[in-house]
Amino acid sequence: MIYVVVGSGPAGVVATEQLRKLDPLANITLIGAEPEPPYSRMAIPYYLTSKIDESGTYLRKQASHFENYKVDVVRQRVTSIDTELNRLITDDGQVRRYDKLLIATGASPVVPPVPGIDSPGVHNCWTLADAREIVKLAKPGASVVLMGAGFIGCIILESLALREVNLTVVEMENRMVPRMMNDVSGNMIKSWCEQKGVDVHTSTRADSIEQLSGGKLRVSLSTGQSIDADLVISATGVAPNMDFAADSGLQIDQGIVVNDYLQTSDADIYAAGDVCQGKDFNTGEYAVQAIQPTAVEHAKVAATNMVRGHRTEHVGNVNMNVLDTLGLVSASFGMWMGVPGGDSTELVNEDEHKYLSLQFQDDILVGASSLGLTQHVGVLRGLIQSKTRLGAWKEKLMKDPMRIMEAYLACSQSQVGVA
Amino acid sequence: MQKSLNIDPAKCTGCLQCEMACSLENEGIFNTSKSRIKVFTFHEEGKFVPYTCTQCDEAWCMHACPVDAIVVNAATGSKDVVADLCVGCKVCTIACPFGTVNYNADSGKVVKCDLCGGDPQCVAACPTDAITYVDANATGLDKMRQWAGKTDTTVGG
Repeated sequence: MIYVVVGSGPAGVVATEQLRKLDPLANITLIGAEPEPPYSRMAIPYYLTSKIDESGTYLRKQASHFENYKVDVVRQRVTSIDTELNRLITDDGQVRRYDKLLIATGASPVVPPVPGIDSPGVHNCWTLADAREIVKLAKPGASVVLMGAGFIGCIILESLALREVNLTVVEMENRMVPRMMNDVSGNMIKSWCEQKGVDVHTSTRADSIEQLSGGKLRVSLSTGQSIDADLVISATGVAPNMDFAADSGLQIDQGIVVNDYLQTSDADIYAAGDVCQGKDFNTGEYAVQAIQPTAVEHAKVAATNMVRGHRTEHVGNVNMNVLDTLGLVSASFGMWMGVPGGDSTELVNEDEHKYLSLQFQDDILVGASSLGLTQHVGVLRGLIQSKTRLGAWKEKLMKDPMRIMEAYLACSQSQVGVA
Repeated sequence: MQKSLNIDPAKCTGCLQCEMACSLENEGIFNTSKSRIKVFTFHEEGKFVPYTCTQCDEAWCMHACPVDAIVVNAATGSKDVVADLCVGCKVCTIACPFGTVNYNADSGKVVKCDLCGGDPQCVAACPTDAITYVDANATGLDKMRQWAGKTDTTVGG
């Protein structure tokens, strides 16, 4: 068998390992477009603060890892797939045949429609190459404008603040991390950042970026203000890398469309990770989640089905995220925004920057979000994914959501004997 | 034979010796808030429940780690955090459905039970045998793994 995996992020790498485990004799190729060994974008914020060097971002630390797994790593960009003849073409003109193909090409930053966004000194923070540029420009005391306070914006925000730049954050929505936090908690993160000396503008757009003499950039905001910056970072969202797939006739929507076996509209092609529109555990609908745990689980299921046939059904992933914004840890799980006809409860402690919201359908936890909690937060996933009936504990949680760990132990660990 | 922690909440008196021992062994100080095993108190029922990682086979924490910083200890079967490699991204803390990997803000890294390399100090410190270290087959591990199975995202295979 010839397996080809396109994309060398977490999904691609985990898929090659699973393919090798299940098919020791197969011919396995991993194709990635970037020059570095496969690395984790999630580690880039820690590279920016010098907590790790570049090698600390590598997905696998042993230099011989892919050799040991007999995975042929190719550094090229795939330009098209010929689904009739089961072959793909890379931008060096080489044609490669496959029996089964996994598309795990991830996502790329979207370019917001702002005049001047292509000026020198405006960077994404997505690749190691981007990170090297940011390290050069984000010197202590430099003026930096960060466009976007979503998950990626917020995680970079912390790194930039630790680099002691003068930081201004511009976010179109009315709060920070709007896809992970509600009005209350999103604005608690905002006030936390402001207390730490970061200038945060929510409900604000960057209208234009103008080059000034001496390398500075003038960012004009929708509020009428303007800020002169040494560096502008654009973090306004990402979109799946799937142009080449669409050209090849694969069915696409928000991402590459797959069935419950992570197989695309072509029987020999599967998809995984940030490019894949896979099943959501809570809604049962198909959506791009673009998170690390989902990417890895997609990869395992897809690779297993590629080798063994369709014996492993993908039952869906709980959407979840965890973020550290200048030391304030936030997390969200599943239907954190609530469900129609469901119940919800929240604890708000603005002084201590603590927050916990629980969302129920009947007596089952279906979503949660938290601020300032770092201990045992994983049980929120556990309760959601196991659909554990909380019984009498639901009422106790409605009164005091912070008793979540007790509820978890009582309801799901039968040997505890306090149900 | 692989061994695992066996916890019998009925024998626990809530003395917190396990938490003190864990903190001393792993952090060098007596501070129960730093312990990797936690005793939960059920006031109304008068019960105490020690709780820590079961070293589950699924190892969600390990698979979710983006930088390969959680590894299987070949000798004990425990899943260990390699502190030098951990960047503190916390993905493992939300991926673990048991909530037994936790972030330590002081070190900027995550911590979890590593069975003290095969000589768990919580066991040594427990005066009532509420926590013992026994052959894995003899424990409620299977029961816990059944529960773990319920949170798996795949069926069959």
